[in-house]
Amino acid sequence: MSFVVEMLRIRKEFPGIVANDDITLQVKQGEIHALLGENGAGKSTLMSILFGLYQPDGGEIRIRGKQVEISNPNVANDLGIGMVHQHFKLVHNFTITENIILGIEPKRGLVVDKKAASAKIRELSEKYGLNVDPDAKIEDVSVGMQQRVEILKMLYRNADVLIFDEPTSVLTPQEIQELMKIMRNLIAEGKSIILITHKLKEIKAIADRCTVIRRGRLIGTVDVAETSEARMAEMMVGREVNFQVVKAPAKPGKVVLAVENLSVLNNRKVLGLKDFSLEVRAGEIVGVAGVDGNGQVELVEAITGMRRAESGKIMLNGKDITEASVRSRIKAGIAHIPEDRHKHGLILDYSMEDNIALKVYDEPPYSSRGLLNRNEIRRYAQTVIEEFDVRSGQGAISVARSLSGGNQQKAIVGRELAQNPELLIAVQPTRGLDVGAIEYIHRRLVEQRDKGKAVLLVSLELDEILSVSDRIAVINNGELVGIVQADETDENEIGLMMAGVKRGDIR
Amino acid sequence: MKMELNKEYVLALIAVVLGLLAGAILMMLTGNNPLQGYYFLIRGGLMSIERVGNTLATATPLIFTGLAVAFAFRTGLFNIGAAGQMLAGGLCATAIGLSFAWPKVILLPTAVLGALIAGALWGFVPGYLKSRFNVHEVVSSIMMNWIAYWTVYYVVPGYFKGPYLETESRKITEAASLKVAWLTKMFSGSYINLGFFLAVLAVIVIAFILNKTTLGYELKAVGFNRHAAEYAGIRSNRNIVISMMISGALAGLGGAAFYIGYASNIQIGVMPSQGFDGIAVSLLGANSPWGVFFAAVFFGLLHSGKGFMNAMTNIPPEIADSIIATIIYFAATSILIERCWDRLKKYLRGAK
Ligand SMILES: Nc1ncnc2c1ncn2[C@@H]1O[C@H](COP(=O)(O)OP(=O)(O)OP(=O)(O)O)[C@@H](O)[C@H]1O
Ligand SMILES: [Mg+2]
Repeated sequence: MSFVVEMLRIRKEFPGIVANDDITLQVKQGEIHALLGENGAGKSTLMSILFGLYQPDGGEIRIRGKQVEISNPNVANDLGIGMVHQHFKLVHNFTITENIILGIEPKRGLVVDKKAASAKIRELSEKYGLNVDPDAKIEDVSVGMQQRVEILKMLYRNADVLIFDEPTSVLTPQEIQELMKIMRNLIAEGKSIILITHKLKEIKAIADRCTVIRRGRLIGTVDVAETSEARMAEMMVGREVNFQVVKAPAKPGKVVLAVENLSVLNNRKVLGLKDFSLEVRAGEIVGVAGVDGNGQVELVEAITGMRRAESGKIMLNGKDITEASVRSRIKAGIAHIPEDRHKHGLILDYSMEDNIALKVYDEPPYSSRGLLNRNEIRRYAQTVIEEFDVRSGQGAISVARSLSGGNQQKAIVGRELAQNPELLIAVQPTRGLDVGAIEYIHRRLVEQRDKGKAVLLVSLELDEILSVSDRIAVINNGELVGIVQADETDENEIGLMMAGVKRGDIR
Repeated sequence: MKMELNKEYVLALIAVVLGLLAGAILMMLTGNNPLQGYYFLIRGGLMSIERVGNTLATATPLIFTGLAVAFAFRTGLFNIGAAGQMLAGGLCATAIGLSFAWPKVILLPTAVLGALIAGALWGFVPGYLKSRFNVHEVVSSIMMNWIAYWTVYYVVPGYFKGPYLETESRKITEAASLKVAWLTKMFSGSYINLGFFLAVLAVIVIAFILNKTTLGYELKAVGFNRHAAEYAGIRSNRNIVISMMISGALAGLGGAAFYIGYASNIQIGVMPSQGFDGIAVSLLGANSPWGVFFAAVFFGLLHSGKGFMNAMTNIPPEIADSIIATIIYFAATSILIERCWDRLKKYLRGAK
């Protein structure tokens, strides 16, 4: 029996919470070991301990049978442990080579020998099928490519235990397939992998064994091949999980959002959205399906007012809001679950209560005549936190930064739904959530619809689009390919449309 | 949040202690007894009611400029233009004081208000340039410093020059001065003036704005994460301008406190060092209003005590400046201190 990594009876406390309570994790040489647990279960914390970012309050770590103390990431590096964080740590205006050698620059005399480095990187890239151009700048490459750079960073440092913290939650379905292939190559070369993911399908597809934790405690380690998805989900949340979204047929009412011939510039100052028209009615969920970067961002930001419309019109409940400010659109009843929770969704240095009040702080009873009413804000935040089961060490006064990724997301969803908006724009609303929380959020979206509100759902996950939406608008290259009824279509048809094939052409 | 703040205060205190230790080493190296040195330094700042008054008077402009820098910093801006804003405020206050023969109850408030407005205007320009054209506020506020400097250079000899000297303005009258007889008498003839009370008031007001108002909530939100603030409908451009104006107004008041309080005229060709010391004060005060207050008073103590120390011992007054510089250095590298502190705590916990 050869374990490369053994974390035995690990304990870690944060103010108000025990993040890891006596957790044992043993990873065999050459396996892909999945780490599964609900949001806030303590997965990232456990991995941060292994990578030397946190020190455990108890327990011991053995690497290849030898007891070690990993006091900082450099020690982890020396032990051959590498980690890809959920939020990449790359310098955007550096080239890929420069990013990879940062901190361990190879020198020839006094100058950095970039040539040698980039040759080595090219070699590694070929060996593992990473397909990375060492001379490209980070700001010019896709998220999937950035992740491969992070992988290269580990390989360049000769890591042979690779930790991936939710690598797939930022990837498109195509990129996920590629990543899985890369992982298999890595295993074939004798590496061991610890994989954190909330997607049971991925665990089924690629992992050998799976360790499940719940609320900081170890539930057990299972063989993936012998365990059903449903069983793993149950171990994780402690109850049965319903994967099917249950909903009655939609009863669409009046038009709430009307987008007419909308054209919007993208960041490169060319039209990212072209002549786009779409209606969302009260009491229906319209899904927007498309490959990442095909105009979804431009559409959403134009509707919410964060980006100017070049031409065209946006109407909310019959009123023209094309030129309206972000604030007035919020007050008119538009809520928005943003795609990037750290960039737009949260002020990480604010407490949870201040974050939850972000859209209402300027109205009574949360403030009056310019003065904040702290008591009301706290009460409001507490109801949202309770309703959406946002878990943290210190409740409303926890700093947003200290929450686990999934709980940050739940707080944002809670904040937006608590406004009871006329129109909810949900972009990847379940990104990074565990299956239990996904089930809950989906139910809330349907509930919102059944209350007679309009919902626009933008997601890269076809499963989510197909199971939650009533109608599906497919977008390609900034243009509307077509609109189909969710119950009259399937993955294949949507897939073809996403590639730009019009519906008429299919039949 | 509370805990975080406490930690910052601890770090500031550690920086102070380390700075004092470094000063002690310097004193020893120059062949002096550090205990004696510090004894006279502190006595020099506090030994009589008059000296206490002088310490507070020295601290007053620092409180204002420290607040100015801290306020801007909390909202994500680096106001390096406090010196120019001070000059603008001081010039405006002096000009008002010299131009009108009104009774004190009207003239003094008008002069102070003028300083406030002039400072705000000097802050407005970089704020506007940043919000409108994305010009970095560091560049434009340094330029505003020199505009203020040359404006004084031109205006003072041209319109307010003194009877003998071209290089400074006439003395303002008692009616335009923040110095008041009862206060001077209470502190047995010290420099202390109403500016100090204005400064305390400013600390309270700024703390209130930052913590209790929707304006403070918005300003800090923009400072922490401009994208998220805009997503929530907060107009970050407008907030940048407001923040720079408030920051400038504070420094402008500092100008009043200095030129029509501590001093009684304005000189040409001098960029007030308090403008830049404000950055250090803000740093040491962890960018919190009360932190700024205590940091400024501490610096005031060092400044006003160093002369006495020099007179009583052989220690050069520059040692006091070195201490200040060292403290700033340690405050700026507080990350390192924090690391050592955490390690020490862990070590202690492991030991018991
Ligand atoms: N630096 C910190 N300070 C305080 N509390 C923390 C800190 N880091 C994590 N926590 C708390 O510890 C718990 C576990 O967090 P962790 O990030 O490990 O969860 P996770 O299993 O990775 O969840 P997710 O799937 O949502 O990412 C959470 O309740 C979180 O609020
Ligand atoms: Mg996590």
